[in-house]
This record gives sequence, C-alpha cells and structure tokens, in this order.
Amino acid sequence: MDAQLWPIIGRTILISGVATVLAVLAGAPLGYLMARSRFRGRTLLLALVNTGMGLPPVVVGLVVWLLLARSGPLGALDLIYTKQAMIAAQFVIGLPLVVGVTAAAVQALPRELPDLLLSLGAGPWRTMLLIAREARLGLLAALMAGFGAVISEVGAAMTVGGNLQGSTRVLATAIVTLTGRGEIAAALILGGLLLLLAFATNLVLTVVQQRSDR
Amino acid sequence: MSLRRVALALLTAIGACRADGRSTRAGQGKPGSPATGGSIILATTTSTQDSGLLDSLVPLFTAATGIDVKVIAVGSGAALELGRRGDADVVLSHAPDAERGYVASGDLIERRLVMHNDFLVVGPAADPARAEGHPLREGLALIARTGPVISRADGSGTDKKELALWHQGGIDPARVAGREMTGQGMGATLQVAEQRQGYALTDRATYLALRPRLTLVPVLSGDPGLMNVYHVYVVNPARHSRVHLAEARAFVDFLVGAGAQELIGAFGRARYGEPLFVADAGKADPTGN
Repeated sequence: MDAQLWPIIGRTILISGVATVLAVLAGAPLGYLMARSRFRGRTLLLALVNTGMGLPPVVVGLVVWLLLARSGPLGALDLIYTKQAMIAAQFVIGLPLVVGVTAAAVQALPRELPDLLLSLGAGPWRTMLLIAREARLGLLAALMAGFGAVISEVGAAMTVGGNLQGSTRVLATAIVTLTGRGEIAAALILGGLLLLLAFATNLVLTVVQQRSDR
Repeated sequence: MSLRRVALALLTAIGACRADGRSTRAGQGKPGSPATGGSIILATTTSTQDSGLLDSLVPLFTAATGIDVKVIAVGSGAALELGRRGDADVVLSHAPDAERGYVASGDLIERRLVMHNDFLVVGPAADPARAEGHPLREGLALIARTGPVISRADGSGTDKKELALWHQGGIDPARVAGREMTGQGMGATLQVAEQRQGYALTDRATYLALRPRLTLVPVLSGDPGLMNVYHVYVVNPARHSRVHLAEARAFVDFLVGAGAQELIGAFGRARYGEPLFVADAGKADPTGN
C-alpha cells in the first residue's frame, strides 16, 4: 500500500479537482442565470436544483454506469472504469451544488446591480463578470462545497471507476477496500489523509475568500 | 486566478489523465515484444481479489502481452450478470450451478477449469453450537439452532453455496437462529462475524488472508460438499459485439497455462503457511461438464 499511496493521493486530487473545476465552469453561469432571469417554472427548477444538492452519489454512479457500460448507449466510447468516467460522475454530483450556492449568492446582491452596470455602459458579459466579482464569496463557497462533496463520495467512484489498483483507486475507495480486508489501521490513516486533503483545500480557499472580503 | 489559467490547468489535467491511461499499456509498441496491446474487463468474485491472487497474476499477463486488465471484483452473481450484459470480456466465477444457466443461454462460452479450494464454516473458538467434530450436515443443523450466523446474502458464489447447504440439510434459511445478512463481500462479512462472534461460511483463501486479524476458527471443514471450484469463461462475441475476443482468449490461455497454474498452486504458501488454491487446469472437472 505504501508505494501506491502517493499515486492514490495524486489521482484523488486530479479527478475531484477536474470534476469540481468543470462543475464550477458550467454551474456558476447557470446559477447566475437562474438567479437573474425570470421565467415560468423557475421556482420549480430551483427546487429541483436544491434537491440535486443532496443527490445520492451511488444513484449518480449507477446512472452514469448504465450510460457508459458497454451495453449502454455510450458504450462505444469505452470510458467505463476510467478516470474520465469518474470525473463525469463527480461532475454530475457537484453541478447542482455549484448552481444552487451560486444562485443563492447572486440573489443576495442588490437587485438593481445588473441594471446599474448595464446603464453605466458595461456589456452583458462584463456585467456577469462584475457580478461574479461581487458574488465571489459565494462562488468560493460553491467551489468548496463541490470539492468537499466529490472528494469524499465513494458510491459513484466505486461503481464507475471500478476501484482499479494503479488506475482508478482513490482515497475513498481504497478505504473501503482496506476496511474489507480488515486492515483497519491503514484504512484509518487514509481516512486521516482524506480529511487533511479536504481541510488543506478549504483552508486555502477560505484564506482567499476572507482576504477578498477586506 | 484568471479564466485562461483555469483553462490551461484543466487541459493539463485532462492530458495527465490520458497519459496515465496510456502508460498502463506501455511496451505495447516495443519492437521484439509479443505485445498486442488493448485491454479487457475481467469480472470476478471478490475472493480472487481479496486474497491477492490477481494482484500477482495480472501484472505478469500484462507484462507478457501488453494487454491491460480491468479487474472488477464483485460477487460471482454480479460477475455473471456483467457477462450476460456484455459488460465484461472474461468472467472468473465460483458458482458452477449458476454458471450453467449462462452457458445454456449462450452468453458465456469456452468454459475452462482453473482451480479449486474449499469452503469452511468458521465460528467462535468457544463453539457455542458444539458443532465441531460433527459431519457437515449435523454440524450445520446444530449451528442453525444456536446461531448467530452471518451471511453474505449478496448473490455471490459463497452466498449461493450457503443457501444450497441449508436446503440440502432441510433447513429453512429464514429460520436459522440469529441469521444476519450483510450484503457485502467476504472480507467485510468476516469482519461482521468477528464482531458478532457468529458463524460464517467462507472460502479458505479469504479466511487465511484475514486470519491474522480474526479470532474465528474453522469449525466445519473437509467435507466433499464444501468444495469450491473456479471456472473461467469468455463472453460470447456472437451475442455481444463489443467483446474483445482475442484479448479475452489470450487471458484465458494465460490463466490455464503452465506458468500461471504453477503460481496459483504455490500462491500463499510463503505468507500463510499453506497454498490458498489447488491448480486444476487440464484435470477432470469435479463439477462435470
């Protein structure tokens, strides 16, 4: 296990990091749109997003598995039991979190802000960026919520990644394997590392967040 | 962080994913190597993985052929289902009765006998059921009366074997005293049995691998009815077009070949004091054809 420890940690950061960044890139604009636009069914959609914030990872894993398995509609891509499949599943888990937290953060800003910016001559893109700047505390919170959720989940990682030694085994799934083998001490150490990783990431993001608040 | 930098970091990360995926197939194009490359999905029972056997065998195969093996260790029931759906190329299973159905339906072909060991009924050293020393049938009847019994109940080969043993003894599993169902793999189930100080049916390989951390001891063993036989199958490409047939056959040939069979027969002797499996390729099949 020792020799494999570093690759497992690196892989965990890589997979969950990429999934979170993708979720933020897609989810933050969606959250902004949800907060700013008015359309029929918006409240229903927000309720769905908020439900999605508690999406059970094991269900996401099952659905992504059905899509990517060879017998599934996307089977020809040959992506099942790869890191890409894990990123896809974790992206789905993280997306509603990012959309929901972003929407809440943007809605907390003064309602007149976009109109004000537009009237001052900022284009729609520039307006969005300026509002993102104003909502940065919430956006960083979205980033932390997303990363925390995907790095610690085990259901989807196990199902779509397959927990393959040397290629898709991450900290969370390695802990399951070690526990099953009765190697409780090693499992506990990995658990500590997982917590440490989540803490370190959140510490950095919180420092950034609090600095930008000054 | 600027958007451009985020995008750049992302591209680098995705590139790293790709490179990592390729590196497992390194040696593929090396001149002079017998490499064919490619990859297969091997659906198998947890015991071959939890015992560490596949960790020893698979790297040898990959080194010799350049074929990457994705080992999906689930119960035999789930492994057979992966084969039936065409979601695997090779199935290594230890549920001979269940396997027959998948051969009959044409989903699994080219059955080969690989190895065997035996199941054990383990239990607390104090043996509250006083089952030790009795023949299998009587011993199980005594255990059913006192319990507790910790069962896999996950559709695995061991689970199917346990149910068959109860039925052969005329015992209704639902009426076994203190029977609890974990729905988990063999290792996890032995952990529960250890904590509950209950009886459990286990394959010898997983038990020996976990023995240093268990106080449970074998209570019933050695009966011919406890034989545990492993077969390997190729998933039928005529039914599932995405099967990697050549690579799958290469793996089966490797598994029943002299080198792997020698390793299987010796596996575990150094670590556990006795081999975990008996290599059987080419021998008469004890479960019949």
